[in-house]
Amino acid sequence: MDGVTKTGFAVSVSGMNHYFGSGEARKQAIWDVSLDIAPGSLTVLMGPSGSGKTTVLTLMGCLRDVQEGSVRLLGEELNGASGAQVVALRKRIGFIFQAHNLHGSLTATQNVMMALQVHGSGDTAAQRRAAHHMLGLVGLADRVNYLPQNLSGGQKQRVAVARALVSNPEVVFADEPTAALDKESGMTVVDMLKDLGRLRGTTTVMVTHDNRILDRADRIVTLEDGRVVSDKNNT
Amino acid sequence: MTRFLSWVLGRLPIGWLQLSHSRARLIVAVAGVVFANVLVFVQLGIMGALNASAVAPYDLFKADIMITASDAKTLTDGSNVSRARMFQALSIPGVKAAAPIYIGNVEWQRPDGGSSTVQAIGLDPSQPEFARKDLQSSMQTLQLADTVLFDALTRGIAPGLLDTATPAAPYQVELTGRTINIVGTMEVGAGFSADGTLYTSDQTFLRLFNNRSSGAPTHILVNVEDGLDHNVVVERLRHVLPADAVKVATTEDAIAADLRYQTTERPTGIIFGFGVIIGIIVGIVIVYQVLSTDVADHLSEYATFKAVGYPQGFFVSIVIEQAIILAVLGFLPGLAIGTSIYVVLGAATGLQMTMTFSLALSVLIGTIAACALSGVIATRRLAAADPADLF
Repeated sequence: MDGVTKTGFAVSVSGMNHYFGSGEARKQAIWDVSLDIAPGSLTVLMGPSGSGKTTVLTLMGCLRDVQEGSVRLLGEELNGASGAQVVALRKRIGFIFQAHNLHGSLTATQNVMMALQVHGSGDTAAQRRAAHHMLGLVGLADRVNYLPQNLSGGQKQRVAVARALVSNPEVVFADEPTAALDKESGMTVVDMLKDLGRLRGTTTVMVTHDNRILDRADRIVTLEDGRVVSDKNNT
Repeated sequence: MTRFLSWVLGRLPIGWLQLSHSRARLIVAVAGVVFANVLVFVQLGIMGALNASAVAPYDLFKADIMITASDAKTLTDGSNVSRARMFQALSIPGVKAAAPIYIGNVEWQRPDGGSSTVQAIGLDPSQPEFARKDLQSSMQTLQLADTVLFDALTRGIAPGLLDTATPAAPYQVELTGRTINIVGTMEVGAGFSADGTLYTSDQTFLRLFNNRSSGAPTHILVNVEDGLDHNVVVERLRHVLPADAVKVATTEDAIAADLRYQTTERPTGIIFGFGVIIGIIVGIVIVYQVLSTDVADHLSEYATFKAVGYPQGFFVSIVIEQAIILAVLGFLPGLAIGTSIYVVLGAATGLQMTMTFSLALSVLIGTIAACALSGVIATRRLAAADPADLF
């Protein structure tokens, strides 16, 4: 299975510290975080605002340079990784952002196709079919050719979910993906992520405030002030 | 368009989709490129007309080698050459024939009351081989005193005015107090130093220019024995003729040197050359502004693409794609407007302004290069697209 590594974990964090600012204003945001995330699991990161959960997420998802400690994503060390290594790793993961971050000039289908074209140009017709299929799964079959400006907030977020999942990523990082969704579509998204985990071994790490999701998570990690304060398996 | 570009690029044409998404900005950008294109076309057109008018008189005679006063930079300025040089030249092995040519400007009071500066060229009619092929047959007629061939494209005369002029029914004009018979026409066109050209015998020329003497022609034309390298004979002539009085060059070299002087040392050449550079800079600045604003507006989208795993080169290719689209979209109306301006300016000034394929092609290539350069400068802002800033 792709997502499994030598160490047996999809993501393995140990002794990670992170600082913001420089000089006098330098402030430590993450204190000695260690986490091992099993492949195929759905892990939820919880905590109050400013607890550092999003920072931990972006550090694991190689969107931020690791300063201290070790982060291994899919078996590769991120601390000191080269630009090319990071680009290659980013292609193997999917990201769902708090803000949808869709490209305003591209239709829903084209936005989803962008996640496929990063793997090489290939067959555009096949990419288009895959994008339509994925948009159908998130309930947007009748909106495939809409520009983001003509979609509601919830619909935009569902396009972003489709974009993150269409290339069958090994790990999905999600930052409050259900915040802009109603209960039903929020649960659809979470169930989809969970089904992917079961069928394809996709690992999901999700930052959320949404209590409705908790009973679907395999594991709940709570952060406060940049430290892990609780780590529970939800069995 | 989107389908075509997808096929060309092998990916979604993000650059085009971004450009066409904000129509107003696209129109402004294309208008900027059009403006720069028109500016460059006009400057190049005038410069081309200047160059064409500088070399046009060379086309009226035929010589392998020219002997010119050492201080002469063009066909008409500088001192005259002593005719003794011609006899010296004739004694050089390899020289087949030599002839004097007289060139001077004369003011012509036109019948309509206006005045034109006419460049007069005088050649010995008994040596027609030094005249342009199609004029050689007329040389016989020019042996008659006070007969000339006149430029049908002279600035200020009505088109077709001289069409009826023949040796049997000449069109008469007055030049420097003499009655001159126009017995035929040729086409040269107006230039920067003269409005037209007339072609005549050396004798008529000397009658028109009382201050000129037959012993001091403007240049001496030399033809070389068949099959002999012109440069070899040039070297022989240089060896014999005093370098402080005259210079010797093949006609091609003389034309090239004249053109070089007119474009790089004369104010007109420098001004229009400078105009071309200004046009290019204006175009680069406008396209750079548009592209860098576009990059700045899409930083968060680009950061998202980076998070998905697109490398830096992908974003550079988007900006270059936009640059080339702007270049092509701006070039086509620029070409149309430029061509119209050529027609209008040509009609108003009598200058030969022609839109040639090679001119259009070189401006297109220059436009694409300038736009691509702006694009490359604009991509520096891409480094600011950092996925971490999305949170």
